[in-house]
Amino acid sequence: MASGVKPRVKVPKKAGAGDAITIKTLISHKMESGQRKDKSGNVIPRSIINRFTCDFNGQNVVDVTLEPAISTNPYIEFESTVPEAGEFKFTWYDDDGDVYETTKKIAIG
Amino acid sequence: MTFKALTAIALVAGLSAPLAMAGGADDDTMVINDETEMVTKTAAPAHLDGAVDEVISGWHFRSDETQSLQLDDFDNPGMIFVDQAMDVWNTAEGSEGKACADCHNDPAETMVGVKATYPKWNEEAGEVRTVQMQVNDCRVNRMGAEAWKYDAGKAVSMEAMISLHSRGMPMSVAIDGPAAAMWEKGKEMYYTRTGQLELSCANCHEDNYGNYIRADHLSQGQINGFPVYRLKNAKLNGVHSRFKGCVRDTRAETYSPGSEDFIALELYVASRSNGLSVESPSVRN
Repeated sequence: MASGVKPRVKVPKKAGAGDAITIKTLISHKMESGQRKDKSGNVIPRSIINRFTCDFNGQNVVDVTLEPAISTNPYIEFESTVPEAGEFKFTWYDDDGDVYETTKKIAIG
Repeated sequence: MTFKALTAIALVAGLSAPLAMAGGADDDTMVINDETEMVTKTAAPAHLDGAVDEVISGWHFRSDETQSLQLDDFDNPGMIFVDQAMDVWNTAEGSEGKACADCHNDPAETMVGVKATYPKWNEEAGEVRTVQMQVNDCRVNRMGAEAWKYDAGKAVSMEAMISLHSRGMPMSVAIDGPAAAMWEKGKEMYYTRTGQLELSCANCHEDNYGNYIRADHLSQGQINGFPVYRLKNAKLNGVHSRFKGCVRDTRAETYSPGSEDFIALELYVASRSNGLSVESPSVRN
């Protein structure tokens, strides 16, 4: 596992049924592009988060492909409608095969 | 949309752009997390009599987009490093097997107000100390751990975490008593022209704040927001590293972060911020 990786998510605790809410996500990750060289001229191997997904009660909300040009600690903000109470599930996929997951519940009201 | 309307919009855009470029500090107000109201403009401390009337946070000289990043802790990338420092705070290190938390418990209680008064005279050591020096003193003498390199990643993250617990409090650095000699030294450095370009700190940050130096919008060089997350290098930057960058830009040989010269300068510049809210970790470009 790449070091210092920690996912963070900000979701409102509740929303009106059918409302669009703003979701903010950030994962601390070095996002090494694979384009840089170290002091002795060797290429530093690529190590990035290559995919991010968000699902609500099993239904996909957003599925993002991330590329090496995206800078360190990728921040992704998007909107989602909330038809019912339930749980958002966030998943980040690392180049090294690791998967980081976090969930947030949301209530209607 | 008609051709006429398009032209009108283009005209407005054309006119407003140079106006936006013209300027000094804006009139926005800073409220962090919708609850903490910050003092970002206030009457200058007495020792600045005749130099500037009002001290203004560097936040006012940045674009709206950069400003907004500082208004919410989730959006503030500096908080990533604060979290990392919190992990270090709770981790035992060194020959004594102690963590910061073993003596200082919860920083949200024990570190309140610390940053607002530093750099500060330490009676026992007989010297002016910065937050990082104090942290290293603990590491070496109480934990039996190695001192962190000045302004290196962990040191500056720890300073940011400690500073966070003073956020919103007014800077109140003491400049009299035993610290006075260091303060005078710092003041002299501030007003002394250095380098091939023969610039002093005051030439940019006192005489020309609000103006542009090539593409850079000059602020008053207040350090109430340090350590600062800079978008240009995507990490926290310590104030001594910032000083070093400025001195280098005058094309002078720089002092080293952690040197007595920079401690004196930090003390003096921090005292120029007296009255402004501590903003650390702030966000700048």
